[in-house]
Amino acid sequence: MDLNELVRTSGEWLRGSGPESDIVISSRIRLARNLAEFPFISRASQSDRGEIEAVLRDRILQIQESGELEYVNVNELKGIDRQFLVERQLISREHAESEGARGVAIDRHEQVSLMINEEDHLRIQVMHSGLDLQSAWEQIDRIDSLVGEQVTFAYHSKLGFLTACPTNVGTGLRVSVMLHLPALVITRQIDKVFRSLQKISLAVRGLYGEGSQAMGDFYQISNQITLGKSELELIKQVGDIVPVLIDYERRARDFLVRESHENLHDKVSRAYGILRTAQTISSEETMHLLSSVRMGVNLGLINDLKIPTLNELFIHTQPAHLQKLRGVELDTADRNIERARYLRRHLNKDDGDNSGKN
Amino acid sequence: MKCQQCNKTATFHITELTKGKPQELHLCEEHARQYLTQSEEEPAVAPSLAGVLAHQLAVGQTAEELAKLDQRSCPVCGITFYEFRNQGRLGCPYDYVCFKSELEPLIINIHGETEHMGKKPAKGAEGTENRTQLIRLRREMKEAIGEENYERASKLRDEIRAIEESPPKTA
Repeated sequence: MDLNELVRTSGEWLRGSGPESDIVISSRIRLARNLAEFPFISRASQSDRGEIEAVLRDRILQIQESGELEYVNVNELKGIDRQFLVERQLISREHAESEGARGVAIDRHEQVSLMINEEDHLRIQVMHSGLDLQSAWEQIDRIDSLVGEQVTFAYHSKLGFLTACPTNVGTGLRVSVMLHLPALVITRQIDKVFRSLQKISLAVRGLYGEGSQAMGDFYQISNQITLGKSELELIKQVGDIVPVLIDYERRARDFLVRESHENLHDKVSRAYGILRTAQTISSEETMHLLSSVRMGVNLGLINDLKIPTLNELFIHTQPAHLQKLRGVELDTADRNIERARYLRRHLNKDDGDNSGKN
Repeated sequence: MKCQQCNKTATFHITELTKGKPQELHLCEEHARQYLTQSEEEPAVAPSLAGVLAHQLAVGQTAEELAKLDQRSCPVCGITFYEFRNQGRLGCPYDYVCFKSELEPLIINIHGETEHMGKKPAKGAEGTENRTQLIRLRREMKEAIGEENYERASKLRDEIRAIEESPPKTA
């Protein structure tokens, strides 16, 4: 697969379409699977890893689901390209940073990715824009069944699918819904909401999964347990709480519009102003300001910007995307200058003086 | 209506349900923020696997018992319990069998359940333990060849073939 072809698009998770897409960014489901005849990754030798990759790669490419799958040998990729796939949410950070034989099969729509030799031998992931868990499950269930006809997954009659970490045993299923919750952050209700989620054994993570910061007010809600409930029950548990969170966020937005309209409008306008004029800007600050602007667009406070454009900026201003778009590797300081230039160019489109530069 | 804590207009009207009794609060934005961030200060971190495990092992086990347990290893992949405890990752599917009594309380702690209720695989729905034994048999065959013990190697080869040729039972 030519990664350079992907650079100019924004991928499935920021397509900005699908149900409730002003608040729900994406719905993602993953299944953890291991081959019965090999040790888990922590005890696998280099030759085991090579064999696991060869077997899974061969079998996966025989199934053709949701368009053609293309295989990327992650072990041979340059660091910047691995980072690019992480930003794209097609591989995990752990997968990018580990060593040895490993790869990922990706479909053209960037909805399906099958990671080989991550924490488990196989991690299947399906991601859809907006709140769309049901069809994401149907798709991943189909792919899992097709792969499962080709290989023997490690399975225990009582414990279910066996995984390298006991936190995934049973279904091996993790369902995550990514939400944009800026108003709950501004009104400082977010911690309270999350504490109540943890009480019903749901986990909250930042943008790039475990341990990552909640950049740009994006949060992922996912199931904590994987055993003792069916896949549909686990999905329902997350799916049922999402409308509640959407409602909280909408109420917080209504409240801000009603009770502190000037402050909100000011915050949103300043964010937009900085993004359109800054000369050097970090990735974190960009995410933070784009988040305010995104809410401003959704609330009608900014009218000359469309959500898809904004979503594209979220992804294109990340370090690896920025460098690939520019076509050269840049250090942090130069990236910050390039990022500011990129933002000015794309947010001042109607301004004749700035368009077309660079 | 004025804020209960200052003279500003109350814009937050909070009904708190504690011990079944509703309690009404009327606060301005600033005091509402304070109130909402103050309550429940305890860190909202889910227990980590290592933490759960350490806690579980500390209960009802002497240092001696723990040291003994740590040395136990899996006959298939060779991982010791100590290594698992340290890295939080198991070495092979057979670990779930050979460390069953240690893992069970951990699994209950994490999931609250011990029985899979979800999807079954197309192959090996009755368990794939014998496929996992191939890991051990293949290693032992290599060792036997290394030691030029061809009699044993050919016996092992037959065992391996028997498993490889019997397809896992379908669901």
